[in-house]
Amino acid sequence: MSSSQIKKPLGLQILIYGFVLLWFILAAFPFLWTFWGSFKVELDFFSKADWTNAISGARTQVVYGKAFTGAGYDGAWIQEEFWRAFRNTGIVCFFTVLTSLTIATLGGYALSRSGFRYAFWLLIIALIFRALPPITLVSGYLLPFFQWNIWGILPTTIIVLVAINQPFTLWMLHSFFQKIPKELDESAKVDGCTQFQAFKNVIIPIMWPGVITAGLFSFLLAYNDFAITAMLLSQENQTMVPKINSFMGTTQTEGNVMFAVAAVVSAVVPLFILVMFFQRQLVSGLTAGAVKG
Amino acid sequence: MKHKTFFWFFLPTAMAMFLFIALPLVSVVSQSFHVPHDKVLITVENCDPFGCTSQTQIDHTLTQELYEAEPLGQWAGLGIYFDRGHLAITEVGEMWRGSSDLGDFFSTLKNLPFYRAMGFTLTFTFVVTPLVILVGFLIALAVNSLHQRLKGLMIFFSLLPMIVTPLIGSLILFWMIDSRGIIGTGLQVLLENPDLSLKASTGLTWVTLIIYGIWHAAPFAFIVFYAGLQTVPKETLESAMIDGATRFQQIFHVVIPHLVPLVAFVALMQLMDNFRVFEPIIGFHAEAHATSLSWIIYNDLGGETRLLSSAATTSVLTIIGVSILLAPVLVRTWREFNPKG
Repeated sequence: MSSSQIKKPLGLQILIYGFVLLWFILAAFPFLWTFWGSFKVELDFFSKADWTNAISGARTQVVYGKAFTGAGYDGAWIQEEFWRAFRNTGIVCFFTVLTSLTIATLGGYALSRSGFRYAFWLLIIALIFRALPPITLVSGYLLPFFQWNIWGILPTTIIVLVAINQPFTLWMLHSFFQKIPKELDESAKVDGCTQFQAFKNVIIPIMWPGVITAGLFSFLLAYNDFAITAMLLSQENQTMVPKINSFMGTTQTEGNVMFAVAAVVSAVVPLFILVMFFQRQLVSGLTAGAVKG
Repeated sequence: MKHKTFFWFFLPTAMAMFLFIALPLVSVVSQSFHVPHDKVLITVENCDPFGCTSQTQIDHTLTQELYEAEPLGQWAGLGIYFDRGHLAITEVGEMWRGSSDLGDFFSTLKNLPFYRAMGFTLTFTFVVTPLVILVGFLIALAVNSLHQRLKGLMIFFSLLPMIVTPLIGSLILFWMIDSRGIIGTGLQVLLENPDLSLKASTGLTWVTLIIYGIWHAAPFAFIVFYAGLQTVPKETLESAMIDGATRFQQIFHVVIPHLVPLVAFVALMQLMDNFRVFEPIIGFHAEAHATSLSWIIYNDLGGETRLLSSAATTSVLTIIGVSILLAPVLVRTWREFNPKG
């Protein structure tokens, strides 16, 4: 578009670059600032007297002899056992993504290949479920989970997260499978395959781009969840996000804010890496629903 | 696909949604009509050589029996809906009669927890949603006119505020706006008010939360609009240019009409997500100044006493709110998939 256009006047150019720069700072600066500050002592991170201390680490130098310290990370990961939360998040995310992709692939494929009315109704029901804020369901979970004594453990949370993930993943995979021509599996069926064999031999080899995109979004949902994990996990099984929230209660009063800062940075790093490697898939997933209209 | 094959393919996901979404939903609705049983108390008289004392105790067997007979608790009808913590019918009636004008009425209404939360939730939803669309559109226009390499970099950094966990993102900003943090101190110097604290006043807290909401969601609008901009028909743009349309006119008459369906999509997604605003309130420690419906549920469920019935009632009211908000989407999807009838 820009190449075919006449050259922009200088004023407009400056305006555009200025605006982009402003947004860039707004989007990136908080993360860079917090990352840098996480290697300082609290008096540098919150330096009311002289903000340059936060960059140079003057107080950190006084305490530790150098401008950087891993004390916050040490405190969070070892003393407060943040590694446990990290491990729990890993387990929850891995199994949530695996299970929800497996069952949503089957379901989404079936929905895209069924021409009957009920497929449409099922999609509408899934849309309604997608609109429900997850926290509204929590009070329905607690009583039975207490009664069957399955509250507080990771498998329960994983199953709940899988279920809450389903509507979204189902819609995403449904629209992805619709883009794969029906003739492919129809011709396999003409050649004598059953529906499942057609799915296995024809669809599975070509479905990975869509499945990876859907997987990224279920991962993000599980990784970022707070409402469900905070309510359904016991203290020792907490994942990172509720753990950070309980840090805020305990460490703030003990003057160990830097533990929480280090924990926050630790939780952002995996997301940063994810965006770095899967930027294209994330963008295509975000626009997938929109392009359809 | 045959009915039978469809059934087997769809069974696992249907089971998951039925057991962990549909059934809990039914349970939430039924909980909202019941209050837990009171413990059955009995008075026991203990007599010893020094005399008799009477003591009130919980009769565990009787209590147990009561729970077994009616596991849901006592039927309360709409009682919880109308109590002070929720719709507060009596209190609202009194306020209506007691207040001199409409403004007065609304300012007293803010003392009731449900209406206070409703006020913030609705304000947040309807301020953040249009601003997200506007900011996202402007970023998309600006980034689209950049050099190819810069575009990729901008998309990468723009994704961060959206991808990062809301609680964590709001904590990062919370530390920065702390009166000792960089933004907090900066504002104090800039406004020459050393006592300025963004956390101290209700108005400023709301502004902070709304700015956070825009920061968090603008990338989503940006990405969707940016993708839309790539498909703007070049011929139309060129013919508009030949006809002498200015840049502004091109945007207004060609680009924006092309993006209208996307605006509808972003608006609906945003309405849905902003209505459930919750994590930022926790992250910014803002519960003294701003509460939302989701926050009330969280607050009822947490802590020592889990107020399940109260939380269930707020949940049902929230769901009713979501349905009202999203009725247009459902109707639209219905029409889209159902062109014949």
